[in-house]
Amino acid sequence: MFSHLLPEFLVERRSDRCIKCRVCERQCPNGVHHYDTELDLMFSDESPCVGCQRCVVFCPTNALSVYPHPTTYRPNASWTREKLQDLKKQAETGGVILTGSGNDKPYRIYWDHLVLNASQVTNPSIDPLREPMELRTYLGRKPDTLEVEVCGDKVSITSRLSPNVPVETPILFSAMSYGAISYQAFVSLAMAAKEFGTLFNTGEGGLPREMREKFGQNAIVQCASGRFGVDPEYLNSAAVVEIKIGQGAKPGIGGHLPGEKVAANIALTRMIPEGTDALSPAPQHDIYSIEDLSMLIYALKEATNYEKPVSVKIAAVHNVAAIASGIVRAGADIVAIDGLRGGTGAAPKAIRDNVGIPIELALAAVDRRLREEGIRHKCSIIAASGVRCSADVIKAIALGADAVYIGSAALVAMGCTLCQKCYTGKCAWGICTQDPYLTRRLNPEIASQRLVNLLRGWSHEIKEMLGGMGINAIESLRGNREHLRGVGLEGWELDVLGVKGAGE
Amino acid sequence: MPRVVVKPEVCIGCHLCEVWCVVAHSRSKNILKAFLYETPRPVPRVVVEENLPFTLPVHCRHCSEPSCVEACISGALYRDPLTGRVEHDAGRCVGCYSCVMACPYGAVVMDEVNRKIARCDLCKEMGEPTCVKQCPNRALVYQDSFTS
Repeated sequence: MFSHLLPEFLVERRSDRCIKCRVCERQCPNGVHHYDTELDLMFSDESPCVGCQRCVVFCPTNALSVYPHPTTYRPNASWTREKLQDLKKQAETGGVILTGSGNDKPYRIYWDHLVLNASQVTNPSIDPLREPMELRTYLGRKPDTLEVEVCGDKVSITSRLSPNVPVETPILFSAMSYGAISYQAFVSLAMAAKEFGTLFNTGEGGLPREMREKFGQNAIVQCASGRFGVDPEYLNSAAVVEIKIGQGAKPGIGGHLPGEKVAANIALTRMIPEGTDALSPAPQHDIYSIEDLSMLIYALKEATNYEKPVSVKIAAVHNVAAIASGIVRAGADIVAIDGLRGGTGAAPKAIRDNVGIPIELALAAVDRRLREEGIRHKCSIIAASGVRCSADVIKAIALGADAVYIGSAALVAMGCTLCQKCYTGKCAWGICTQDPYLTRRLNPEIASQRLVNLLRGWSHEIKEMLGGMGINAIESLRGNREHLRGVGLEGWELDVLGVKGAGE
Repeated sequence: MPRVVVKPEVCIGCHLCEVWCVVAHSRSKNILKAFLYETPRPVPRVVVEENLPFTLPVHCRHCSEPSCVEACISGALYRDPLTGRVEHDAGRCVGCYSCVMACPYGAVVMDEVNRKIARCDLCKEMGEPTCVKQCPNRALVYQDSFTS
């Protein structure tokens, strides 16, 4: 069918700078650039361009610019260019519109409407470069009461303690499975987590055997609806076991890793035949209630000898607070909540852009509900989705999170430009692809260093902000909404967040 | 031997090593001038061999018993026993290309315009070889481990 679609991007090549080295042609997995040997000229066909900017970054003479295509329909506030293009695409294919990355719609980003406090006159601020500042966070269930026994000079805790996992900074890498992302990207996350003393999450694709001994203690292993790669050795190799109920980008939706991506090592790790589709059902078919969830939580605790915290990850949906309460009562040690702007490798656009609630509201609601019920200490809360900078992390902690998951931010650190074409399997940056020509673009030695640098930079900034508030441990900020004020928010939003308006 | 070592598992086949090799051996050392205005343009001394998805830049290995030196009929190619490098005296090169045929790695490049040969000189005057400095994925490593 003749396509009515407009190109998304315009590729501009400055002929006075182009040296015809063909680097752009080789770097583009979509075939945008082409060298004509007969004419000794470079041509660009922008229609397949996804705007990933790989060619722009790699052009040694800065001869290329790629920007949104200026061609437009008659401007219309209701029928936007995106709506028209999607509609035409569906008229041409009859399919579901797929997309990748997180929700890009202009829902209110509450992080940008919250401001932090700082000490002035009446309390001293702390200089983190001169005084110790504690970011170490322990993830897991805390005891109801702490009983100690004093025996001469020795003090020992007599309460039964649940397993807790320390992380050196309250920033963990989100679940991104091997299969969805390349082995190189997966290993880079693991290497960075190990080097910095934090955790990465295997996602639902299992943990390759050769990585278990080296990276297991920095791994959160997932047990998701497809149960890929789950066996006792997998569970016991990890620091934390996570049950994945939902994902912020696609609440209520399962996953589908196409067979062509299931290469030998992925098949081995996932324990499925090579080349078969890896289908994750929408629900976990053995969990239709909180009681069912409790059975799985305890089955996993049993399998790991009660030595590892069990986390339950849910998407932030309307009654998230009540669900989280049920999860804690079911025996989970960690509740991970993934909000509206959470990323994905592939999701129907209609779902990604319209289902779920913002993490800021969900997090505040869950934290408050658990406090009101007197069970907040029984779990750690991990907030995920759309954490873009250290300020977002610290605001999440003030809203009640113990730690945050970063997925998109970590990918961007490695090279991702959020072009949203993860589902095509042709990631030019070697992240979300299994094509061996593309995956080698990600050198784990470099990518892990970029991730460690990111964690280091953010951690420094968090310490600076904590010091400014006169706090010397991240523990003291957790759920401390007095350090937050809302700007430009309505009354109901401030109520849900539990935050006062600025000036109050 | 002092040489550029390749890590093929992270070579992305961008050919930027070739591009920057040309710049390093140009008169101006400026990428735009070297490619657009200098004639003749220097030939790259590193060639990226491709059998996709595998790509491999081939540099002179600076062998301890170099076949090219043995094959050289004019004495232009010689091995410096102090540095371990195979050197090429362009003034003595007659362009017979015997070394091109003798090199088992295909690391000697024909410079047909000047009727000479070109091979990796490890950017002698520039410290670390330019291709190593410019490789975007750290696929090239300079190994200067020669002991005489």
